[in-house]
Amino acid sequence: MDAIKIIAPGGYSTIQDRGRFEFQNMGVPLSGVLDHFAFDAANILVGNPDNTPVMELTVMGPSIEIHKRMDIALTGAKMGITVNTMPVAQWRSIRVNPGDMISIGQVQAGCRAYLAVSGGFDVPQVMGSFSTYAGANIGGFKGRPIRAKDVLKTGDAPLLKTERVLPQKDIPIHPTHVTLRAILGPQDDYFDSGIHTLFTSEYMVTAKADRMGYRLMGETIPIRDGKPKSIISEPSIPGSIQVPADEQPIILLVEQTVGGYAKIATIISSDLGRVAQTTPGDMIRFEKIDLETAHSLIYEEKNKLKRIQKYFIP
Amino acid sequence: MNCQLKERPVCRLAGDTGLIVEFGEEIDLDINQKVRTMAAAVNHIKPDGLIEIIPTYRSLLFIYDPVQIQPKNLIALIEELESTIDTGGEHDVRLIEIPVCYGGEFGPDMENVKASSKLDTDEVIRLHSQPEYPIYMVGFTPGFPFLGGLDERLFTPRLTTPRLVVPAGSVGIANNQTGMYPIESPGGWQIIGRTPLTLFAPKRKNPFLYKAGDNIKFIPISQDQFEQIKQEENM
Repeated sequence: MDAIKIIAPGGYSTIQDRGRFEFQNMGVPLSGVLDHFAFDAANILVGNPDNTPVMELTVMGPSIEIHKRMDIALTGAKMGITVNTMPVAQWRSIRVNPGDMISIGQVQAGCRAYLAVSGGFDVPQVMGSFSTYAGANIGGFKGRPIRAKDVLKTGDAPLLKTERVLPQKDIPIHPTHVTLRAILGPQDDYFDSGIHTLFTSEYMVTAKADRMGYRLMGETIPIRDGKPKSIISEPSIPGSIQVPADEQPIILLVEQTVGGYAKIATIISSDLGRVAQTTPGDMIRFEKIDLETAHSLIYEEKNKLKRIQKYFIP
Repeated sequence: MNCQLKERPVCRLAGDTGLIVEFGEEIDLDINQKVRTMAAAVNHIKPDGLIEIIPTYRSLLFIYDPVQIQPKNLIALIEELESTIDTGGEHDVRLIEIPVCYGGEFGPDMENVKASSKLDTDEVIRLHSQPEYPIYMVGFTPGFPFLGGLDERLFTPRLTTPRLVVPAGSVGIANNQTGMYPIESPGGWQIIGRTPLTLFAPKRKNPFLYKAGDNIKFIPISQDQFEQIKQEENM
């Protein structure tokens, strides 16, 4: 049933799940949420099953009129949320009732917040995913970011028996200076001194930063002598640090498919959400780690989620 | 003709969930055929933890779940397959015919291609619609085919300033490549015609008309035929 009406859409708000996996070989980008921890936490907080579609909010949150009694939660970037002008906390379940007005503000720390509703946003599944890919006008709500006057449905789900509040220690902070861990490759053999440069200097996030990729600015990273300036075009995975002709790195994200430039290193999965929480002007450093360490961090991340889940459903 | 094939594939890590296995260093039909044969063989085995295989011009990108499988297991699998399957033999190749209305409003850059090739419109159309182009890879946008085998005389550099909007169905040339834009998108290719077919239909059971490994042949059609096919497509 109709559950929420959009009064103001915010900066760039789209329905996303974990992504569209099966068609990457056909040039359909993965899409999906950029900050996986915030996504998973939001669903856990309202009692949704894994991978239920949520709304990803960018820089500025929407104003929403509630038409249905349900639980909602706002995680990720600190934006501030009010119910009928009363401030409420993020990273916790909030019971809302028909007639309530929800207003989510301007980002204060981080970049992207996640709004989960009990039952999830009820949108059609397209090619195996609920994620919006606005570039091809597919998925999510009508294949596009939400607009004022849109009316969205949510799934039917039981309300929580007790409210859920994420313990403070599990709430990530979003500093303006971050260090992201990365594994060398796939084309680190295209670089020599540039590898040292990447891991020792600081890069600024430019205004060209979206779900396709983040263009950075800082020390240039030259291709080594004798190597071509480009590679035979190939698909990229989110987190790849690509070095194009201007020698300034670009972090490729979830709406990128094929690229023709060498990728010096790849940010580990566990740190991808932290890329998405930086905004233009923030500073990034890179730290080199090995595959084994990256994999152990993935296990840690999974265990953390299991622990959080157990906290609410003992 | 397996001379370009490497003795052993080159493996590259793509982060903590990706592995690239390269079978060669150039754009070549034999190498590409090996890529596709290996992709099919691995897909047939479907090892646990393998999320997706994406074939490219000369390599395979494996996306895996490190909780279930490690790159070393995938490399071992590839090496085992290399020694057991024949990747050089003849294969059945599907031929997909794509009707194209060349020139006019659908081919705003036909004049550029004519100027660069010093050929007339009929000759450009004849040379472009003659070959059976192998699809080396699909990417960039949903269903965008990277085709090999363009006649040298039609090689034309990209537009100096890319267009912000290239209509869906546009057929173009960029240097030694030719391809089609399945969805409206920005693009810098020289546009010489348009197909009335819906190349990407997300709600169709099979959203795409072709895949990597198929061959594409362009069939010249008139504007009337274009409108007629377009109407049938929309029914």
